[in-house]
Formats: sequence, C-alpha cells, structure tokens
Amino acid sequence: MARHFDIRSQPGFPLIALFTFAMLYLPIVTLVVYAFNASDSVSQWGGFSLRWFADAWDNSAVQDAALRSIIIALCAATIATIAATMAAIATTRTAPYRGLGVKYAFINTPLMVPEIVTAVALLIVFSRIKVWTGYSGLGYLIIAHTAFCIPFAYLPIRARLESMDSTLERAAADLYATPWMAFRRVTLPLLRPGIIAGFMLAFVISLDDVVITEFVKSGGQDTLPTYMLGQIRRAVTPEINAIATAFLALSVILVTAFFFINRRKT
Amino acid sequence: MNWKMTAASAAIALLGLAGTAMAEGNLNIYNWGDYTSPELIKKFEDKYKVKVTVTDYDSNDTALAKIRAGGHGFDIVVPSANYLPIWVKEGLLLEARPDQMSNFKNVDERWVNVPWDPGRHYSVPWQWGLSGIGINKKVYSGDINTSAIFLDPPKELVGKINVEPEMNDVLFATIKYLGGEWCTTDKALLKKVRDKLVEAKPKWLAMDYSVTEKLPSGDYAAVYYWNGAILRSRLKNPDIAFGYPKEGYPVFMDSVAILKDAKNPENAKLFMNFIMEPENAALISAFAKYANGIKGSEQFFPADMKGAPELNVPAQFEKAGEFLATCAPEVSELYARIWTDVNK
Amino acid sequence: MASAADAARRAENEKTRSRWLLSAPALVIIFVAAIGPLFVMLAYSFMAKGDYGDVKYGQFSLDGWFSVFLQRDIFDDTIGIAEAHLSIIWRSVRLSVITTAVTLLLGFPTAYFIATRPRHTREIWVFLVTIPFWTNLLIRTFAMQQVIRNEGILNTLLMWLHVIDEPLQIMYSDWAILFGMVYVYLPLMVLPLYASMEKLDFRLIEAGYDLYAGRLAVLRRIIIPLVKPGVVAGSILVFIPSLGAYVIPRVLGGGKNMMIGNLIELQFGAGRNWPLGAALSIALMAAVMVALLFYVRNAARSGAQHG
Repeated sequence: MARHFDIRSQPGFPLIALFTFAMLYLPIVTLVVYAFNASDSVSQWGGFSLRWFADAWDNSAVQDAALRSIIIALCAATIATIAATMAAIATTRTAPYRGLGVKYAFINTPLMVPEIVTAVALLIVFSRIKVWTGYSGLGYLIIAHTAFCIPFAYLPIRARLESMDSTLERAAADLYATPWMAFRRVTLPLLRPGIIAGFMLAFVISLDDVVITEFVKSGGQDTLPTYMLGQIRRAVTPEINAIATAFLALSVILVTAFFFINRRKT
Repeated sequence: MNWKMTAASAAIALLGLAGTAMAEGNLNIYNWGDYTSPELIKKFEDKYKVKVTVTDYDSNDTALAKIRAGGHGFDIVVPSANYLPIWVKEGLLLEARPDQMSNFKNVDERWVNVPWDPGRHYSVPWQWGLSGIGINKKVYSGDINTSAIFLDPPKELVGKINVEPEMNDVLFATIKYLGGEWCTTDKALLKKVRDKLVEAKPKWLAMDYSVTEKLPSGDYAAVYYWNGAILRSRLKNPDIAFGYPKEGYPVFMDSVAILKDAKNPENAKLFMNFIMEPENAALISAFAKYANGIKGSEQFFPADMKGAPELNVPAQFEKAGEFLATCAPEVSELYARIWTDVNK
Repeated sequence: MASAADAARRAENEKTRSRWLLSAPALVIIFVAAIGPLFVMLAYSFMAKGDYGDVKYGQFSLDGWFSVFLQRDIFDDTIGIAEAHLSIIWRSVRLSVITTAVTLLLGFPTAYFIATRPRHTREIWVFLVTIPFWTNLLIRTFAMQQVIRNEGILNTLLMWLHVIDEPLQIMYSDWAILFGMVYVYLPLMVLPLYASMEKLDFRLIEAGYDLYAGRLAVLRRIIIPLVKPGVVAGSILVFIPSLGAYVIPRVLGGGKNMMIGNLIELQFGAGRNWPLGAALSIALMAAVMVALLFYVRNAARSGAQHG
C-alpha cells in the first residue's frame, strides 16, 4: 500500500504545538518591546529609548544579583543532574527491592513541601551552622537549591530510562564491556535527551526561586528574584525588562552556537 | 555540557564570595528592598572609606525571623514602628544612644518621644508615611477624604479599586471606619469589621502592589495605598489626587537600628549620625519618595517633591493619623483569622 | 545446590548495595536540605506558638493541629469545621487539576511535535521551550499581564476578530490564575514527555497502520501507552507545584483569593502562627504523598498491562 502520509504525524498536533510556542513567546515579545520604552512604565508606551539599558549597565547591584543567580543555578543544576542521573539508574528497570518505594518518595519530597516551610526550616538549621563554622558563603544557597532541583532533574531522566529497553546494555555486557564502559558508551548516549531535559528544568527552577533564597541568603547575597521582590512592592521600571532582554539575547546566541556545533557533527 | 567550566565557576563563586566579609571598614545593611538610595551609600562610602553591602528583605516578619535565627552577619536593620518594640523586647538591638549623637538636634521633635522608642535610645528615623486614598479625579469627583471610598464605594468606583494587600493596614482603616480602636477585642465590633470587608471585597478589582503602574494608566480608579506610591502616580498622571481618611488612617515609620551582634557597630553608628544630616536625609526621600523626619531636609528635596500634598498632612487631618501599635499576641491571632475569613 | 542459591543471593545483595551507593548523593542532599528541615517543622507543629512569630521551645501544644480542620468560632466560641481553610484547599485542588489537564492537552502534541523533528534539531526545540523561562518568574508574570489585561493583546485580538464586543475582565480572576499557571508550568509537562517520546519506536506505529488502525487508534493504543512514564512524570511535576503556587495567585489573581501557598505564608508572616503553618503544610504534604503513591502504583499497573 502506497502511503502518502507520514506515519509519524498526528492531525492537529503541529497546529497545537504552534499555538503553544506562540503562547510561550507572546509575553516575552511584549517584555522585550517594553525594554525599549522611553517612559518609566512597563505597560504604557512612551516612545523608543535605550535609557533602561544604560541604567541597567550602571546598576551594579542588579548585575551582581543577575550574575549570582546564574552561578547558583549552574552549580545547583549540575550537581542535581549528576545526583539525579545516578539515582534514576538505581531506581529504574529493576525488580522491586526493599526500600525502592521509600527512595522514590524520598527523592520527590522537595516537590511536596511548600517552599515557605523548607525556607523557614532551613533558616533555622543553616543559621546554627553559620554560627558554628563562621562560613557564610554561597554554599548554603547552592545546597538548598540543589535539593529542590533534584526531583525536577530526576523525573524526566527516570521517564527516559523507563522507556528505554536494556537490550543494548546487555549486548555490551555480553561483549565483555566493563559496566563503566557499557554505561559510558551505551547508556549515557541513550539517556542524553532525558539528561538535557532534566538539566534544563533544574536550571530554570533554580533561577526562579524566591522564597527559599530570601530566607537562606546571607549579607550581600541577593539574587535577581529577591532583588525584584523589593521592587514589586514599590515600583517596577523597564530596567528589569532591559536586563531580561539582555539575558534573552545571550541565550539566543548560545542556542544558535549550539545549533551550528551540532550540525557540524552530523 | 562543559562540566569543567561549570566546576571552575562554582569554585570561583565559593571562594570569591566567602572572602568579601573579611576586610575592615565594612558595613552590612539589611533593609527593605528598593528602599536604599545608592547615592546615599556612595556618599557614605567615599566619606568614611567604608565598604557598604546592602541586602534586601520584603517583610518585617522575614527580617525578624532571620535575625532571630542568628548567624546573619548584618549590622543595621530598618524595622517598622510596630515591630521595633518586639526587636527591643527580644534583645536583638544595641542600645546605641543616637540621642547623644551630634546630628540628633536635626530630628523633628515630633519623632523624638515616640511610643516605640521613647527618647530614641535605639533608633533614628529613616522614612515615614501613611496609607491613604488615591483617586483618579476624572472618574470620581466627590469627597475623597474618607475610607468609604473603598469600604462603601460610590458606584462610579465599583470594580476599579485596588487595596493594599497588608492585613494590619486594611484592618486598621476598617476598625476606625466603624468607630473602634486599634487592637480592640470587642467581638461585636470585629464581627461588623469582618462583614464590612466581606461585603466590600467583591467591589474591589485587586489587592496588589502595582499601584504606581496601574493607577496612572487608568486600570485602577481608586486605591487605598501608601502615600509615596500615590505621589509617584501623580507625577505620571496629574489627574491623581490624594485623600486622608478622616475616620482614621495608619501611619508607619521605619527606623534605623543597630543589631546587638553587629560586627561593625562603630561604622553603624557613623551611619546613624550620617543620615540625620538634612542633606543626606533628603537623598533618602528623593529615592523612595517618602518624608523622613529630619528638620531642614525639605530644602534639599527635588523640585517635584517640595510641598507635595501627599507628604504634608493638612492640620485638620493630623489627628486622624495614628501609629499602628503592636497588638497583644491573642489580638493578632484574632485579626489573622478574620483576615483568612475575608480572603478565603 | 545451596551454594548456588547463596551465590545468587550474594550477587543480588551486591546489586542492591550498589544501587544504594548510586542513589546516595541524591538521598544525602535531600536529607540535609529537605527532609531534615521537615523534622524541624514537624516538631514545631507540636509546640505552642511564640508571641511574635517563632514557637515556644519545648512547650508542647496541639493547637496547631487543632486549627487545621477545626476552629473555635471567633464570635460565639462554638467549635466547628474550619470552613475557610477547607474552601481555600478546595479551590487550590480544583485549579491545580485543571492546570494539569490543560498543560497535558497542550504539552502532549508539543512534545510529540518536537520528538518527530529531525534528530539534530530536537535539542534546539527543547531549548526554545525553556528560553522563556530563563526570564525570572516575576518578570514573566508582569509580561503576562500585558497579554491578558483589558487593553492587552488577547482582548484586542478577540475584538478585532469580532468574537467579543467589549474586553473580557480576565485579570484578577481565577481565569488569570489558571492562565498564569498553565503558562508557567508548561515546560514541566513538555520536557518529561519529550524525554520519553524521543525514543519512540516508530516501527510499532507502522505495524499499527499495517493492521489498518486509524490515527486515533494508533495514538490511543500505541503512542500513549508507550509514553506513559512521561505522562506520569509531567503530571506530578505540574500538579504538585501548582498546588503550592504562591506568586501567581498573588500577582495575577490580584491577591484577593488565597490558595494554600498563600494561607501557609500568612501563618509564617503577619499571622504569626508558626505551629499552624507547620501543621497545615505537613497535612498538605501527607495528602499529596498518599495521592502520589496511589497514582504511581496505578500508573505502574496499567503500564504493565500494556507491556
């Protein structure tokens, strides 16, 4: 039978996908537009201007906060992804063993605890440690962020592992590959989409956190979200849009670079 | 993914940021977000060669919880009047005796013998303000010096009102509007308070912070909000007017105090004295748009703030203003339950 | 014979041990920064509340737990059900269920679309899904207001299309909260779905068509069962965080109606009732935990049926 349709396509799916992307980017477009607003409003257009970019460029507090957010998110997402990958391998594709369910529940607890509760509890625990050790660096924030990032990295990786069959790994073992080699050459490449999805989620979740950061941070450790929290109470200016726009530009450059590197490989 | 780069940046971050608090000549300020004039800080840094770090908080309760937990490393904090007695009571503040400092003579007499710090042994004024009515004159032209604007709104305003999302300020205005006293436990009155709020709430559009954005733009036609924000709104849209609720309105003052476990108490004292200088106090106000309680600072105000109706309370409404006192714990609990009932 | 069984058991033990070792880093981090602190909160829920926030250490009290579901009436002192709490919980659950359903309806086709792109462009699409989320949540919610406010893009578009005659008041309603939550939690649905779809074996689909199955049948009988783990993961990731949402109801909902997250926040803030806040959150957590175990077990069972 001659098929003139692509067996992969499902009717309406591309349309819904298109709609989803439009929905995702519509607010972002308005955000970028208002970064160039001449007036100090984020909703009333007052002509074109670059003044907010100049302001943001001069505002070292905001730059420090933005940089700190990225550092924390990179560290937390990386650690969380590594830990989550290991945990996912240990908890999938295995006959049930004692403690498996407990482990699963354990790993997902950070999802279930309202942020404010973790925040207050961490404040109490960490401030004691700060007094004892005298160390008050970014480490506390990174640990706190890593913990709530783990389930966000774990679930996609686990979902990926579950939909993978273990034939190839078994074949590798039959060919006398060491477990490490089998993992490195077979499992890891197959897992890659899950790991990327998990890392991206963890990164984004860490970038967004306000409440836990607000309670755990020490002096001079404002992140972009905690900095903004103070602003919403008083007045939000397009300076924030300018910073967000700069961020977006940076990420678009990264993605483009990634695209070309990937293309060269294939 | 480039693990090496990530690891390297992590190491740099850990080392770099652990090192900042070491050198001498530091001052760590813990203040409300977006409330500290960068110009003021710059001036202080240049004058005394002290490195200042400002960290933000977003509510009195967060600040209190954090300092109480310890290990915070801050020198200065700026609590609101109704919280200051708690700070003193819990032994968190240093008795810095600002009343004996050289610039104390500049403090307006009105702000010296205040109920939360009689004689000013602990704190000096930072800024003060009040919650009042902001209105778009194009939409409503009746009497605006009343809480009826948001508690019994005229029909032109129904569905266009924004109310400050602060439990104490809203309850204060409502209790006063119904003829009660702040911190009252009179059940019959409190029942009326709850019923009034439950009845009024559907007529409000929102309980939100974005007043400086949406009052000038016309999304809101009336607000019950802080005077500084309404001043900012008027600067954007001249149709905005300010009203003082004659039934009673809450006044707040945030005061600068030094923490008992401050690492740099001497620098903190320098800072206290520094901000009592009229010219410096004017910098604080110019940034956040509230009055400051220092005599003679108004001459240094930017032109658009001089004589602003939002900052200068007319004599006839002076009596109606009252500080939000710290209520007893049982009373606070009662109020929190009423608030939950209203917001369910 | 016995020794062979012993050897097998030893090998099995060995495996279990290595599994524990592998999961150790995740478990330790979570223990330190999530479970440990939870015990602190559990202890707090059984203490008397402090006068100005915090608790009175070592002073046992059941007041916190008592007030989760029951309350002494403020005005006539009778004891009744904490009706305000229940109605807040109910609206949170309702909004979260709808959010999960809508993100699934939008996310499934989107993830499928991404998974069927040429291999080297897939990761680019994944990036494209997450880029909007590199922008801080608060900024995003402000940007979203531009879309749904009365003079916003959505209303302008609908009016231009003559679907409506006057702007819909979306801002400050439950619709705004829903809109916001769907927007914010969409990638949490799309990414796990994508992760499990990416390796979909299209030969199975081909086989389905060869057996004269229609598109819908292929979708229902082959694709959905195969990507079930992704659906489960995505639903968990969306449902639970939206249950505890705090910023969105506050900014888009206009702060007029609380969700559970706001109620708990109030207890640790101006409400100054930490034991109640602690008890509320532990109750919430327990409920979610039970629902989760039930859901995962069910999903696993039906997954096993489909092979």
